[in-house]
Amino acid sequence: MEWEIVIGIETHAQLSTESKIFSGASTNFGADPNVNACEVDIALPGVLPVLNKKAVEKAIQFGIATGARVNRQSIFARKNYFYPDLPKGYQISQFENPVVEGGEIKISVDGEEKIIRLTRAHLEEDAGKSLHEDFVGMSGIDLNRAGTPLLEIVSEPDMRSAREAVEYARHLHTLVQWIGVCDGNMQEGNFRCDANVSVRKKGEKEFGTRREIKNLNSFRFLQQAIEFEAQWQIEQIEDGHKIIQATVLFDPDSGETRLMRTKEDAHDYRYFPDPDLLPLNIDEKWFTSVEQAMPELPLAKIERYVKDLGLSAIDAQSMVASKGISDFFESAISQIPESETRKISKLVANWINGDLAAALNKEQVELVDSPVTAKMIGDLAQRIADNTLSSKLAKQVFEGLWNGSGSVDEMIEKEGLKQLSDSSELETFADQVIAANPQQAEDFRGGKEKALNALVGQMMKLTKGKANPAQVNEILRKKLA
Amino acid sequence: MFDKSLKELASSLASKDFSSFELTQAYLDRAKELNTSINAFVTIDEEQSLAQARSADQKIAQGNIQALTGIPIAHKDIWCAKGWMTTCGSKMLQNFKAPYNAHIIDRFNTAGSIIQGKTNMDEFAMGSSNETSFFGHVKNPWDSSRVPGGSSGGSAAAVAARMTPAATGTDTGGSIRQPAALCGISGLKPTYGLVSRYGMIAFASSLDQGGPMARSAEDLAILTEVMVDYDMRDSTSLKRDPVNYSANLETSIAGIKIGLPKEYFSDEVSPDVQKAVASAIGEYKKLGAEIVDVSLPTSPLSVAAYYVIAPAEASSNLSRFDGVRYGHRAKEYKDLNEMYAKTRAEGFGAEVKRRILIGTYVLSHGYYDAYYIKAQKIRRLISQDFAQAFEKCDLILSPTAPGTAFGIGEKASDPVQMYLSDIFTIAANLAGLPAMSIPCGLDDANLPIGLQLIGNYFDEARMLNAAHMYQKATDWHLKQAPLK
Amino acid sequence: MSLEKKDVQRAALLARIEITETEANETFEQLGKVFDLIEQMKIINTDDIAPMAHAQDISTRLRDDVVTEKDRHEEFQEVAPATERGLYLVPKVIE
Repeated sequence: MEWEIVIGIETHAQLSTESKIFSGASTNFGADPNVNACEVDIALPGVLPVLNKKAVEKAIQFGIATGARVNRQSIFARKNYFYPDLPKGYQISQFENPVVEGGEIKISVDGEEKIIRLTRAHLEEDAGKSLHEDFVGMSGIDLNRAGTPLLEIVSEPDMRSAREAVEYARHLHTLVQWIGVCDGNMQEGNFRCDANVSVRKKGEKEFGTRREIKNLNSFRFLQQAIEFEAQWQIEQIEDGHKIIQATVLFDPDSGETRLMRTKEDAHDYRYFPDPDLLPLNIDEKWFTSVEQAMPELPLAKIERYVKDLGLSAIDAQSMVASKGISDFFESAISQIPESETRKISKLVANWINGDLAAALNKEQVELVDSPVTAKMIGDLAQRIADNTLSSKLAKQVFEGLWNGSGSVDEMIEKEGLKQLSDSSELETFADQVIAANPQQAEDFRGGKEKALNALVGQMMKLTKGKANPAQVNEILRKKLA
Repeated sequence: MFDKSLKELASSLASKDFSSFELTQAYLDRAKELNTSINAFVTIDEEQSLAQARSADQKIAQGNIQALTGIPIAHKDIWCAKGWMTTCGSKMLQNFKAPYNAHIIDRFNTAGSIIQGKTNMDEFAMGSSNETSFFGHVKNPWDSSRVPGGSSGGSAAAVAARMTPAATGTDTGGSIRQPAALCGISGLKPTYGLVSRYGMIAFASSLDQGGPMARSAEDLAILTEVMVDYDMRDSTSLKRDPVNYSANLETSIAGIKIGLPKEYFSDEVSPDVQKAVASAIGEYKKLGAEIVDVSLPTSPLSVAAYYVIAPAEASSNLSRFDGVRYGHRAKEYKDLNEMYAKTRAEGFGAEVKRRILIGTYVLSHGYYDAYYIKAQKIRRLISQDFAQAFEKCDLILSPTAPGTAFGIGEKASDPVQMYLSDIFTIAANLAGLPAMSIPCGLDDANLPIGLQLIGNYFDEARMLNAAHMYQKATDWHLKQAPLK
Repeated sequence: MSLEKKDVQRAALLARIEITETEANETFEQLGKVFDLIEQMKIINTDDIAPMAHAQDISTRLRDDVVTEKDRHEEFQEVAPATERGLYLVPKVIE
């Protein structure tokens, strides 16, 4: 019996605004309890909501970035339920007319591309927090988070494996940070995923009953939770049980999902349009200005890198892994005269992906804090491309750059690392090496290609690594021909 | 002193016939004395009021005088006023001291007036008789065995009994106009969106509107100017060019077309009311108005639609009263849900609970389209009716209420009977139109009869003009409540 | 759609208002009358009518994204039934 797993993901992304979605209180994280909860946030009698323009703009940008339809009119609705972290007894959200509909995220798993469709994305306010630890039989309610703007992003149930789900979540995570809509800080709870999981027999048209796994705040947990849940559901059905629609929580310690005590009126939120807010109208002028203010999106960048800079598709892809990386890359390239960029861009990409990435990883440093700047990488690449530095010595220079020994040119000067590319000098060294290694020379003349390596190696030793290996190779071949 | 209009009071203060302190003290004394019988006020705070009076006197001494400087005004206890108990007539907020000012309170403070106290009202503004207040019912100054109307019953009674020169109220289905009619005073509900709802404890958000209650249209005009103001904290607040509502009160109304909706002149109207309104129509003819017949065919369904929309919005607006952050909290409970359930059962009165249950039901899954959406569609039809009527006339005239003040307890046990007191006032709320009530007669039992004027959107000035010219030609608004 | 007694109980649960059996019965009677009133709406055909939420056909106001509110939690908590270390206290919330 072949089973198919069907997964849809709902993501709550906290929009990176200064103030809340319906009040002028601050959204900054980590404040003392209730310091950022103003009269509107704590729902004093008589207070009213006023919509934050920036929150809307971020929703519009998300819609544009995912190729969705940005609805020119959308409605805010009240979602009514009782919970202590929900001061009004209702959440202002969007129901029948959300601001964004449709759209898609392209993912690739094991080299295969797949499109995950989005159903919708809508604006809503976050609730506060309940704290249980320090109180006996009581909970402490902190409303600082109440009213923080959220974009709820709902995918179609297009994913068919935990890996696809994780890829989707990762891509979404990168995208929202890329366009500056959400800072993606999962520890602070600014990017939270719920996974809707169901199973069905392969080939079946109907979806199985789904269960919702709530509040997964790491990609690892997302994967583990989905895998466990899917397996559990399959076993249940194979044992003859039916799956009942429910909300579950994932326990990272046990690696299992368990039934949550559902909020009692979970099924009747009594949605109706919020009479304190009028319809949200987005006119063409506003839409266009938001569109124009958007940063260049990854796909556009990839196209440009391939077309204008001559990068391979794979290299281009790696240079848009995050906005930080692409900013760094573009900054490094910007140092290089235009006539040279096509030649040098691949080098730059290699250094960023290779030595720089390795060093950052080893020392646990973020790209923004890298001691090797974009300019330095640009300089380094140029010096390699113009044969001043051999690739081997370039690595030495990189070390120096990392340790703050100065600029690229300063180091080349100081340590005399300039690549030896004077042909006559090299020819003299070549003669020396051939004379000192007659056996290898004989072998090479006899057809053993590999024998040349030893001679090249000797040359590099003689020149203290400063010889240009390609040139050395050429000269030796000519002499031994 | 107690019979002076706002203009006269301002003049007396300016010429130093008396100080604001003296004026305020005099009204406070009178209010305290009469309150034991009439129960119009929930809170009187002499210290705060007199402190404001002293500042007002300083302003007056500096020559800094506006229309309301130094004049005490009573405020319906639905408006949050910083440092004042704000109860909304409910046990739920019995001890709630508001930490902020409603926008209109700020406006009144800037205008230099004194907060004379907080007036009694039907609990959470739900009622037409001021009998649902946790703080006891209010007695009609014209006959203490009768109701003053509601929900702004306290404000109406206070003005009628000269306990205060003027007051504020709120009107969701007629709660300014109906008590004004039953108490023989003048009251105005402005176009929806003109008066900020920030700081008004919400009942039905798409219908609530604050407005003035006073002894004459002239007084109402002065108060309306203070209350109408764009407030960026209220998303439903409208930004309009300021209007001087007092400027054109004396303009001749000859040629004005006054529409009489035939649905409002039915057998439901008591004979006394019919007579008084007919007489008023005669007065308007004398003033040169042209009387036109109009029809508002959907208006008989306005009460039905209202009693879906208002409870629905209220059921949601009142969810915040859960004992967590302010207000009443039950003393005994075993868990969170019980805390909620007991707190709300104890804190809310019967009518409020009824309406919350109605509202919860009509919004619930499966009923939303049949009730809530249906009611909103009827609302649109009602608005369209008015739009068509206003093509034929400038103002609409009708009785404010089908009868006069009824006995305390008479309708309390039959909610639907109570709801029908608002049969002529509700439609204007559903459409968001401005409307007012002015006294136009007394019935055989010497009880006041109210005349309703409904204007087109933003046409308050014309309405006030028509009301004022009528009050110049008649003296119903000057009749004194006998306080029996 | 006629009102049933269980509807009253269910509404009370959704609205978090405790009502006794007696209260439920009384309420049911009175609500029945209100619903007779509301049922009148059926007389009229509204198929082609759009619902009206607001009198004026305008769009919602937008606020600039600036922090305008200061910390007033101590003042706000003066009216709170139970607080500790700046938190509102409620019976334990069970997830």
